[in-house]
Amino acid sequence: MSAVIEEHHHDDHHHGPDKGIMRWVLTTNHKDIGTLYLWFSFAMFLFGGVLALGIRAELFQPGMQIVHPEFFNQLTTMHGLIMVFGAVMPAFVGLANWLIPMMIGAPDMALPRMNNYSFWILPFAFGMLASTFFMDGGAPNFGWTFYAPLSTDYAPPSVTFFILAVHMMGISSIMGSINVIVTILNMRAPGMTLMQMPLFVWTWLITAYLLIAVMPVLAGVVTMMLMDIHFGTSFFNAAGGGDPVLFQHVFWFFGHPEVYIMILPAFGVVSAIIPTFARKRLFGYDSMVYASASIAFLSFIVWAHHMFTVGIPIAGELYFMYATMLIAVPTGVKVFNWVATMWQGSMTFETPMLFAIAFVILFTIGGFSGLMLAITPVDFQYHDTYFVVAHFHYVLVPGSVFSIMAAVYYWLPKWTGNMYDETLGKTHFWLSFIGVNVTFFPQHFIGLAGMPRRIPDYALQFADWNMVSSCGAFLFGFSQLLFLFIVIKCIRGGEKATDQVWEGAHGLEWTVPSPAPYHTFSTPPTDLKEAHG
Amino acid sequence: MSTQDAYEEYYVPHNSKLPIFASLGIFLTLYGMGNMFNEMTAGVDSSFGEIVFLLGGLVMGTTLFFWFAQVIKENHEKLYSDQMNRSFVWGMSWFIFSEVMFFAAFFGALFYIRVFVVDWIGGVGDRGPSDMLWPEYEPHWPMLNTPDPELFPGAKEVISPWGLPLVNTILLVTSSFTITVAHHGLNEGNRKKLITWLGATIALGIVFLFVQGYEYYHAYSDLGLTLASGIFGTTFFMLTGFHGAHVTLGTFMLIIMFFRALKGHFSKEDCFGFEASAWYWHFVDVVWLGLFVFVYVLGS
Amino acid sequence: MNRVKRMWQLGLSLLLFSNVALADWSALNLRQGVTEISREVYDLHMLIFYICCGIGVVVFGVMIISMLMHRKSIGAKPADFHENTNLEIAWTVIPIVILLGMAVPATSTLRDMYEKGDADVDIEVRGYQWKWQYTYLDDDPAKEIQFMSALLTPQEEIYNEAAKGEHYLLDVDNPLVIPINKRIRFLVTAEDVIHAFWVPDFAVKKDAIPGFVHETWAVVEEPGVYRGQCAELCGKDHGFMPIVVHAVEQDEYDAWVAEKQAEAAAVFETVGKTWTQDELMSKGEEVYSRNCVACHQVNGQGIPPAFPSLVGQGVTVGDIQENIDVLLYGRAGTAMQAFGQQLNAAEIASVVTYVRNNWGNDTGDTVQPKDIHTQMASQ
Ligand code: HEA
Ligand code: HEA
Ligand code: HEC
Ligand code: CUA
Ligand SMILES: [Cu+2]
Repeated sequence: MSAVIEEHHHDDHHHGPDKGIMRWVLTTNHKDIGTLYLWFSFAMFLFGGVLALGIRAELFQPGMQIVHPEFFNQLTTMHGLIMVFGAVMPAFVGLANWLIPMMIGAPDMALPRMNNYSFWILPFAFGMLASTFFMDGGAPNFGWTFYAPLSTDYAPPSVTFFILAVHMMGISSIMGSINVIVTILNMRAPGMTLMQMPLFVWTWLITAYLLIAVMPVLAGVVTMMLMDIHFGTSFFNAAGGGDPVLFQHVFWFFGHPEVYIMILPAFGVVSAIIPTFARKRLFGYDSMVYASASIAFLSFIVWAHHMFTVGIPIAGELYFMYATMLIAVPTGVKVFNWVATMWQGSMTFETPMLFAIAFVILFTIGGFSGLMLAITPVDFQYHDTYFVVAHFHYVLVPGSVFSIMAAVYYWLPKWTGNMYDETLGKTHFWLSFIGVNVTFFPQHFIGLAGMPRRIPDYALQFADWNMVSSCGAFLFGFSQLLFLFIVIKCIRGGEKATDQVWEGAHGLEWTVPSPAPYHTFSTPPTDLKEAHG
Repeated sequence: MSTQDAYEEYYVPHNSKLPIFASLGIFLTLYGMGNMFNEMTAGVDSSFGEIVFLLGGLVMGTTLFFWFAQVIKENHEKLYSDQMNRSFVWGMSWFIFSEVMFFAAFFGALFYIRVFVVDWIGGVGDRGPSDMLWPEYEPHWPMLNTPDPELFPGAKEVISPWGLPLVNTILLVTSSFTITVAHHGLNEGNRKKLITWLGATIALGIVFLFVQGYEYYHAYSDLGLTLASGIFGTTFFMLTGFHGAHVTLGTFMLIIMFFRALKGHFSKEDCFGFEASAWYWHFVDVVWLGLFVFVYVLGS
Repeated sequence: MNRVKRMWQLGLSLLLFSNVALADWSALNLRQGVTEISREVYDLHMLIFYICCGIGVVVFGVMIISMLMHRKSIGAKPADFHENTNLEIAWTVIPIVILLGMAVPATSTLRDMYEKGDADVDIEVRGYQWKWQYTYLDDDPAKEIQFMSALLTPQEEIYNEAAKGEHYLLDVDNPLVIPINKRIRFLVTAEDVIHAFWVPDFAVKKDAIPGFVHETWAVVEEPGVYRGQCAELCGKDHGFMPIVVHAVEQDEYDAWVAEKQAEAAAVFETVGKTWTQDELMSKGEEVYSRNCVACHQVNGQGIPPAFPSLVGQGVTVGDIQENIDVLLYGRAGTAMQAFGQQLNAAEIASVVTYVRNNWGNDTGDTVQPKDIHTQMASQ
């Protein structure tokens, strides 16, 4: 490395992108970095999805057919980890990178070099995580919630690399979130108040705050594991005065806010799309903001609803039940606001809108099952069954993942300058919609009927619906290749998009040309009338 | 509210080689560390882990050096607007918040163990039936008699707060004052005052670390208080250990600031690096006060 | 494929809302179970479910009406309202009221579940990787009944080499036996990792956590066989760790207790005699296939590095005392359990003999039950 480590030009802003691979490795541009995040996330989605298809293939019929129980546990664990940390979270960070500066009229993210760092840690982290499949003893096999002592004293040696990979993801997330918060707080176009920001920006502000608050706690808990494994500490060992349940408390203090980290930006996306295609302003902007903030606040004080069966004293059980139920109120406000936005609008149903509407309905179904899980005495029956699996896939797949797809369709013309193929888009939507429901709806039934989760083989009475679920999974999975095709096709050409793209779209990002120039808002916009979506 | 004319250009570097090296550095460091730990635990005699670890540390260290050099250089070239400096301020504040949450996890573990687990294993409360597994165990904090003394032998004694820990408290609190005096010196443009008091702060930090090191030595060799001596030792060393690591980092930051001050950097308007280190130092100080109360005073 | 055809029928009939689908509904829902608590839980479940359906109908109904009527293609013009404080207050307050309506019965059910009371029978339930140990606690240790309960389904059924039996994966060698209409207290704990003791028909699910004991209870009202499963991921064979409970009339229970106690005495007898190598080997094979194959595999090769091979290396061909100790006391902090707490002296002696003289391990050693017994007694 020479002392002059980077070429540095005073007229930076007039540069377009570099050519070749180095553009992507060295870039500090928020749009490039957003693109990197999105592609990385899609790759991880396919990877995690292939693992899920492995699970579903094994569960197609009772009996062990394809994998061994030991490997099945690795599939489940890595599927959960990759989807959560590799697919959904980076996708939202990618959207944040692309959109936040454009929505608030900023020239870029606040700390561009650190932005690049946040991204490039990820391929290393996931490379390390994926490499555990090839290690002696195999990949992590203790569930994505890695409860001690299965993940400490009884874990394969690869757990050490899992822990360190989690550290790297944590560092990446924390730096990414610092960047988002600082950008939002410090880089808004002059004159834009907080209460004028588009909701996507608001929800990301809150999400970033959640991330900075809980990722260090995750780092803390994996550090405790590392010490228990290698240095003889006894955090999670009763013989030394510790408690395995301590692990769960610390983990879920991170883990519950984590699930809202995966849904709040989705709320933001949907709050942008529905008004556009209803051609009507978002109903109840203020209450949307307060509801998001309340959800975030509540998310810190409900963690033990994942632990109703671990033997918490009754006062604790009751408290966590009540607190959890409360989350239905602000979430309900959001749902009602979306419905009220659609009411008496002038709606059209392009692909992003279809995904957004499906989001509202299917997320709400997932929310209802969440509420059922929150009722402590009944959770004793639901806990660790496929009912829980059905719940969280409803909020995560037709929830978070659908919102990401909606966002991609919605902003793709702005990113590429071309319209995507609407017919194919709609086909993709309907295949996904059907696939998702066929996959996950029956899981409610098998869960209620008593099938535990994380098992490679099951009793005969669960056979029928498992078969349906597996068929749905393959339908849904392979439909995503169509999505890939549509995106690539759109990048390579298509009908030219206008600046505004959608008739009803409002917001600063729609005031710049399509495709958005490499640098937007090098000088801030003065006309903020458009800012408020 | 600023207007269009008041707007200053926000510097966006065109591209940078630094982050990719930093990513590589962190990867090698951790990958090496993982191998090192696994080799240690499995009793394998190999230096693969260590080599990768050191290599990673080298890459990371070098990259950070150039990174800071780059930022300082850009700052001197007046590329940074006030808005940019505000970004740094916010960035540092949120970073410190993340550190607070990291410590919160360990403090939380300590409280949970102390308030609940000690009693449960001893037969009190909702999980009280657990004492049928540990008939010999008496609930008590500090936990010298672990439930299974064969696996976790427990310490003979714990460290009294009123000896060296008190000295350390005084050292750190004093250092918070000295750094504030240094800051005043900076604001007054009094470079000599800045350098003197900054030097004093660094000295206090280093003395603190030595005292802490001695205390650890004493705990290990005389008191049987170790990481592996049960939950008391576990929480004690993890909390104070991470704090010590942060003091070390803070001291490094101050040393860098010291040399920058010697070179004539910093003015009242342009002293973000110094301020950031000072906040960090205060944060480390506050954490220590928490440790002193909850680990030492209430722990013995 | 028969099942595929059945699926189509089921799917189609669901679509047509025919009675066939509705008739099958109970198999798709929570079980009502056989205790007062489990029925309370079921009612609560149905209550919340119907409330959610109701809310769903309203919310989705409004959405669908809006999607049908307020579409641009039929010329709808957008209105321009975008807030309404009264409405917003209403849809904050109404959900709160609904939630209160759920919280009240939920609280009372939970209190019933947590009610402490004197138990008629105390059973310690201990999770092992991957089987259960049941101990009927008694003030007189000589009267305590203790046994292991593990999966009975043969490997051939699991690996599709034989037709699957009726209770595929839900059958055990030694079921738990309890009397009906008595308050049974379960003291749930674990030896190695976290398991969970779950019997759906009792609405009992309690995590079994190593180092801690949690209590829960059930009063079963109908005699019958109730099946459950371990409900917390506990490693490789988590899916193969069923629970079977026989609830029987009191007199039947008494007879069973007497029989178990007699069995224990008989085992004590056999320990006293001197066994031949053949006896030890055949008994050993049986013990091995029931207790050890999960980890060390039928061929003794294990699944390294997690589960070591026992063939031609290590203690099985080395120091015999160490071999016995591994069996009796396990290896702390690994999956290798202390079998001294699960197997009797004859079983330990024979399995040690077996592993030392099988798969070409030809140490020629035999171990006598009485020696093991002395060693266990001296602990
Ligand atoms: C995006 C992710 C996401 C989201 C948004 C949610 C949302 C919710 N979740 Fe979920 N949850 C997960 C992801 C998520 N969850 C995951 C991943 C797990 C499993 C982890 C694991 O173990 O692996 C889990 C598990 C889980 C459990 C533990 C189950 C168990 O293991 O036994 C519980 C229990 O309380 C729960 C509850 C809830 C509740 C009450 C909500 C609420 O936020 C839902 C609120 C929404 C609504 C209620 C619908 C809309 C509201 C209205 C229309 C208003 C009117 C409604 C009423 C008055 C009822 N969740
Ligand atoms: C955001 C998170 C997310 C997402 C998107 C998904 C998506 C899916 N999940 Fe899962 N899931 C989790 C989060 C998620 N999941 C978590 C947290 C757990 C708990 C883990 C644990 O218990 O520890 C879990 C567990 C889980 C289970 C329970 C496993 C068990 O308990 O043993 C199952 C079973 O059906 C399942 C299925 C699926 C399916 C079918 C999809 C589908 O949506 C997947 C769609 C498929 C694809 C997208 C594949 C597309 C690829 C191809 C067609 C091949 C192309 C090939 C090349 C290009 C080379 N998931
Ligand atoms: C749940 C898994 C499991 C079961 C069941 C199990 N073992 Fe093991 N066994 C292990 C593990 C893991 C080790 C390695 C322990 C270590 O790391 O030292 C081991 C080690 C051993 C060893 C010592 C090997 C050596 O050379 O060090 C012997 C002998 C042994 N087992 C015999 C048995 C017998 C006999 C049984 C049945 C009665 C049995 N095991 C059941 C997991 C199991
Ligand atoms: Cu035992 Cu799962
Ligand atoms: Cu939760």
